[in-house]
Amino acid sequence: MTEPLLSVRDLSVTFRSDDGDVTAVRGMSFDVMPGEVLAVVGESGSGKSVTSLAIMGLLPRSARISGSAMFDGKELIGADIKDLRRIRGKDIAMIFQDPMTALNPVFTVGNQIVEAITLHNDITEKAAWERATDLLFQVGIPDPKRRIRLYPHEYSGGMRQRAMIAMAMANGPKLLIADEPTTALDVTIQAQVLQVIRKAQALTGAAMMLITHDLGVVAGLADRVNVMYAGAVFESGSIDDIFYRTGNPYTLGLLGSIPILTSRSADKLTPIPGSPPNLLRLPAGCPFRPRCVFATDICHDAEPDLFPVNGDGHSSRCYHIDKVVEARAGSTA
Amino acid sequence: MLAAAAGAADTDALDVEARSLGRQTWERFRKHPVAVVALVVLVLLIIAFWAGPWISPYTYDQVLAGLPNEGPSLSHPFGTDQIGRDLMVRVFTGGQISMTIAIVVALLTTFIGTVIGAIAGFFGGWVDTVLSALTNLFLIVPGLLVLLVVAVKWGGGVYSTALLLAFLAWPVIARVVRGLFIQFKEQEFVQAAIAAGARPARIMFRHIIPNTFGPIIVNATLAVGAAIVIESTLSFLGLGVRPPTPSLGNIIQDYRGAIDSDPTKVLLPGLFVVLITLCTNFLGDALRDALDPTSRRGH
Repeated sequence: MTEPLLSVRDLSVTFRSDDGDVTAVRGMSFDVMPGEVLAVVGESGSGKSVTSLAIMGLLPRSARISGSAMFDGKELIGADIKDLRRIRGKDIAMIFQDPMTALNPVFTVGNQIVEAITLHNDITEKAAWERATDLLFQVGIPDPKRRIRLYPHEYSGGMRQRAMIAMAMANGPKLLIADEPTTALDVTIQAQVLQVIRKAQALTGAAMMLITHDLGVVAGLADRVNVMYAGAVFESGSIDDIFYRTGNPYTLGLLGSIPILTSRSADKLTPIPGSPPNLLRLPAGCPFRPRCVFATDICHDAEPDLFPVNGDGHSSRCYHIDKVVEARAGSTA
Repeated sequence: MLAAAAGAADTDALDVEARSLGRQTWERFRKHPVAVVALVVLVLLIIAFWAGPWISPYTYDQVLAGLPNEGPSLSHPFGTDQIGRDLMVRVFTGGQISMTIAIVVALLTTFIGTVIGAIAGFFGGWVDTVLSALTNLFLIVPGLLVLLVVAVKWGGGVYSTALLLAFLAWPVIARVVRGLFIQFKEQEFVQAAIAAGARPARIMFRHIIPNTFGPIIVNATLAVGAAIVIESTLSFLGLGVRPPTPSLGNIIQDYRGAIDSDPTKVLLPGLFVVLITLCTNFLGDALRDALDPTSRRGH
């Protein structure tokens, strides 16, 4: 068996607030294998972005981080800033949510891609510009020779995200972290940008952590999925495990919230009742219990562990996996 | 294949040509006709202030025997004053000196304010606490009062007046720049630069400072207008530039007694103070728009 590229163990992140400590990530553990696409899915506030920022060392100093994140044999949590700088942008590259704000407005797109290249490579300006032009071509920017000299605000939203992807690809990273890469885009552009991300991942052979709240994005791109809720992994498995052999009530709720165009109007969307938990005051026992249709007394007593669901590497944080699997089988039959 | 798809769907500006940021700024600036006029007037004033006294056959302190209190004439377009000095050369020289002070004040306050504001905003923590306390201390001090007291000892010269004014005016710009740094530090492109492996110095100088140029230039422009007014006030009160060296303020002071008999002698230098302040304000407002690289008004 190959070694995981990124191995996160028992990662916790706590922020201090005026109302008390907020634990945004509670004991996250997961692996990313080389070349695989791991989707991290969850509602706002489930801790998915904080996890990726913790891995990159981008959280504010006030955040308290514990646990471990081994990347390619090196510990990232608490690592020396100089070592982190060598890894950032080179071995781990990030694609941000909103390309409008993630690109510096006073520099041309070319300047910024060239900067990304020269920060980690000892090459001439000219060679870097040629490489940048080539990258823009690869992400599907038409007429890259001319467009490379334009400013971000002269690009359309889709082109800006393509440019961000080109920047992330620049140094052939081993891991790409894409934080909601299509959320800020028009729906008509989302599919195209996903294609570009898929192509970028294939070209560089990088593994990817795809953070999203959109299960449609997950279905098209991911190999494995981590469903997060209240700062913890609630279900983890292959894409088929998650979609067809669902073993967690929360995942089931997420799936019920996806509109299906082909379904008859009688099949209404079934939203998850209630709202995400307040991280300041998590309910006792399972944090999903107040919103869960499967909940029983046992859910009140203690938070369940991640239990294995039948199938390789499929696990779910629930006491009632059997009932959930049954319910899912019934609804898809 | 990908390129073709992109061309069809998400390009709305195939005709956009690469234009430099400076050119784009000028194109946006041009859309403000009042500001273009203001710029022309300012340039003309500066030429008049510097070239006028140089071309004029008289000097500002030259007493022309037998010609006191003349009205406007061909040889003395603004007339002469009560002891027979040519008023035009005095007003223009005064303008030159007031303008020099204003520009020096604007440059000095911008420099001091930018350095202190940038350090406070970028580093935060105790550095920010100390520098902000210092800034606020200077802000709450009643400036005019301090000037009145301090000017008695150190005032009088052109550059000493400029230094005094700059010494009291920098906190305004420091606050603005500190705010800008705090604002830009939190921007996603700064996060993106950190995520790309950039060092703090690179982030400060290459990513944040260029973004602050626009607002800083706007504030420096507005500072010129403000400095002209304060300098005139101070000189009018006799605590700025001391006669016989003229400044717009002390010329008004010189002739204020003649406000009933010959109001032009007071109104003319006053008009220049108003004109400069008005023009710098119009200029500043237009620059605020033109220097914003994301503003679309130029398109």
